[in-house]
Amino acid sequence: MSVQTPNGFELDTSGQRIVVDPVTRIEGHMRCEVNLDENNVIRNAVSTGTMWRGLEVILRGRDPRDAWAFTERICGVCTGTHALTSVRAVEDALGIQIPENANSIRNIMQLTLQAQDHLVHFYHLHALDWVDVVSALKADPKATSELAQSISDWPLSSPGYFRDVQNRIKRFVESGQLGPFMNGYWGNPAYKLPPEANLMAVTHYLEALDFQKEIVKIHTIYGGKNPHPNWLVGGVPCAINVHEAGAVGAINMERLNLVSSIIDRTIDFIDKVYIPDLMAIASFYKDWTYGGGLSSQAVMSYGDIPDRANDSSAANQMLPRGAIINGNLAEVHDVDLRDPEQIQEFVAHSWFSYADESKGLHPWDGVTEPNFVLGPNTKGTKTRIEEIDESAKYSWIKAPRWRGHAMEVGPLARWVIGYAQGNPEFKEPVEKVLTDLQLPVSALFSTLGRTAARGLEGSWAAHKMRHFQDKLMANIKAGDSSTANIDKWDPKTWPKEAKGVGTTEAPRGALGHWIVIKDGKIDNYQAVVPTTWNGSPRDPAGNIGAFEAALLNTPVAKADEPLEILRTLHSFDPCLACSTHIMSPDGEELTRVKVR
Amino acid sequence: MAMTETFYEVMRRQGITRRSFLKFCSLTATALGLEPALAGKIAHAMETKPRTPVLWLHGLECTCCSESFIRSAHPLVSDVVLSMISLDYDDLIMASAGHQAEAILTEIREKYKGNYILAVEGNPPLNQDGMSCIVGGRPFVEQLKEVASDCKAVISWGSCASWGCVQAAHPNPTQATPVHEVITDKPLIKVPGCPPIAEVMTGVITYMLTFDRIPELDRQGRPKMFYGQRIHDKCYRRPHFDAGQFVEDWDDEGARKGYCLYKMGCKGPTTYNACSTVRWNNGVSFPIQSGHGCIGCSEDGFWDKGSFYDHVTNTHVFGIEANADRVGIAAAGTVGVAVTAHAVASAVRRIKQGAGEHHEENDKT
Repeated sequence: MSVQTPNGFELDTSGQRIVVDPVTRIEGHMRCEVNLDENNVIRNAVSTGTMWRGLEVILRGRDPRDAWAFTERICGVCTGTHALTSVRAVEDALGIQIPENANSIRNIMQLTLQAQDHLVHFYHLHALDWVDVVSALKADPKATSELAQSISDWPLSSPGYFRDVQNRIKRFVESGQLGPFMNGYWGNPAYKLPPEANLMAVTHYLEALDFQKEIVKIHTIYGGKNPHPNWLVGGVPCAINVHEAGAVGAINMERLNLVSSIIDRTIDFIDKVYIPDLMAIASFYKDWTYGGGLSSQAVMSYGDIPDRANDSSAANQMLPRGAIINGNLAEVHDVDLRDPEQIQEFVAHSWFSYADESKGLHPWDGVTEPNFVLGPNTKGTKTRIEEIDESAKYSWIKAPRWRGHAMEVGPLARWVIGYAQGNPEFKEPVEKVLTDLQLPVSALFSTLGRTAARGLEGSWAAHKMRHFQDKLMANIKAGDSSTANIDKWDPKTWPKEAKGVGTTEAPRGALGHWIVIKDGKIDNYQAVVPTTWNGSPRDPAGNIGAFEAALLNTPVAKADEPLEILRTLHSFDPCLACSTHIMSPDGEELTRVKVR
Repeated sequence: MAMTETFYEVMRRQGITRRSFLKFCSLTATALGLEPALAGKIAHAMETKPRTPVLWLHGLECTCCSESFIRSAHPLVSDVVLSMISLDYDDLIMASAGHQAEAILTEIREKYKGNYILAVEGNPPLNQDGMSCIVGGRPFVEQLKEVASDCKAVISWGSCASWGCVQAAHPNPTQATPVHEVITDKPLIKVPGCPPIAEVMTGVITYMLTFDRIPELDRQGRPKMFYGQRIHDKCYRRPHFDAGQFVEDWDDEGARKGYCLYKMGCKGPTTYNACSTVRWNNGVSFPIQSGHGCIGCSEDGFWDKGSFYDHVTNTHVFGIEANADRVGIAAAGTVGVAVTAHAVASAVRRIKQGAGEHHEENDKT
């Protein structure tokens, strides 16, 4: 019953089938099924995107200057990153140059998202895969304090502080109303932390919940609100006025100081709480080396955080650009998003149809027609799926491939590429972590490696915010207050036809938007997002995607408690609202179903 | 429920004095725009009530409502979740998954029949047999109906649940449908916005816990206390509008001086929300303050009313005397939508029994 995939993984569907639906602590809706062998080791994994909204067809015929607002609503967790990608796509299509200050402010906003999103992911979406909340009740607050003070000089670390939090959790548990902690997998043998580490982590779970809302105030200052701040084709909407009357209506000295103070506090929190916690937790899970999947084989990044405005060369991007295939770290390939041979999407196993499903399509030529059908071996019915049939169509996610390869994207991909390129900003922190934990480089290619890379990137992002805020101040001081270029604001100035591509490195990985503009309106719009890459189903050749590959060969302590499955899926920070594609560019009417 | 603690007990054992507790109650009353005398009533409620279970379901959405909710500064969301409500199901933050998660819904429905709040983020799609949003192998709309059947009241978080929002924009390929069109037999509160303001979300919940009733709603089903006035009515740039001082181009002198954004397409004159008063992220700013016009994200069908940069020309925009219902109907512009709005208003009236006296001052012109 065992088959070998072209990308080198062995699948065996003979064992017990386990279904996890809904997968929780992710953005959106997702289902996962695995087969376990007689030793409870995962031998087959099936990842299904279970939602589809159709945003790209909704965009057809609209004003390209409005597209950022629509695409921003693809995701409220990685809020702003789609909007940034969208304004870049429109600017690319129309040849719009943005002011240096706009580039700095956009970078600060994108880095704000990286820092806040990684922090929230670690504590609120991922930590409970490693941290046993109930075990924290058994901790000695004094020993917890000693542990905390041994790894960080964060001031909130007294025995009394941890005792208060422990009492609060204790009374909460004793109330019998467990809220979000209800039916968790407490006491599962896969939890390895001592009670004191659990108490420290739970305490910081609560602290991080209170602190994360401070970071996003930077979006509020430059973009007016968060989630979903405002953006602008041609620059940023916030004007700068530090010298003259009326400054209260613009970015003035008080606003700049507020941003600056938030950046300092963010650096402090990440470096003194997040990173020490990450390292402490990792030290107890060093032996849990599973979940590498594609990360040692095929990773990709488009690059982001342009140092100077209007320079899209790889050398100007602070996050690296490139692709590694066949596990060869010695060679980082260039990635060209305009080349029709490089990025293609397949739908043989997705709930969409192509005229020829053996072939892939480049996003500029993208077709997306829904086709919700289940395979002959499905257990259950069309509206009550018990077990899915992965030999047929089984996901609302398409299967994107780079030169035919399934790729992993995200923080680990970026850091592996930066490491492979020998960039000291990535290589040195990675080497320090490996040295501190006494681990070989191969340890990087794992669930824990993914989680660690995200933490390092959170810190990197916070420090880069400082770089761009200082750059903004220096530029204002040099007399440049410009924030928007309106030369091509009026659609009358546009060519009859234009097409462009915009990219970012979203928190979850490489993100691209492809736009075709005709007569001042959107003619076609396609987004290929990080979770489309990572959560992709199989392609016609049978290559499996990153989620499925990462789950393979992982032992599960208790078959009815999917702790290890959640742990590895969460390490990718799945975002399902992002990943799920849309219907045909023709947007034909579908059968309407009456409200019952 | 013998072990259930009241909110007051929770605060006391966290070392909060009675004096501080009463101060909190009076601040809460102020935050909610209530008269100071009601602080005592809040205190009494907090002292005596167990935590109300909240089941928070997710349909087709982008999770911006949850993300906004966790930004709440007063009250802090950690206090809301640990001390005020019992957030027993929310697939964004809950520890359990799969069948253990689904079991919670069954348990709470049985144990707290008629006594839990259903909070819905996103909406059910009805095309593709409902299977463009699948939860537990089934259409989300089935889960929604089941959980709604035993709830006390429904909160429709955000513009997805309230109106349909972005996935329901033309041509609405999944037939994404607002919650009130699917759940018609329960009291339902719409808290629109993409997303709603965090403190508005926690304000609505705190109000319901405190007064044990749903807040007074306007004809479209929104709490009047937060959605009773247009952004334009309380905008700090309003004097520039009245003086005819406008931003004419991005980053022009007017933009740098904080002039009115009306000519840049600001939808503040037709948008009912608390952005210009409560503001965002603990009062730091709001879209207009940061230089971009309001895009009207709390209004029904705001995606399909032309470009965000077009002038607002299809409605009466001068004066502050117009009300949400009248402008809503006028802006809708078609008889069909006006009839729908009226039907919704009637439904809201029906379900408002027990919601106290029905003040109509906002309905008068």
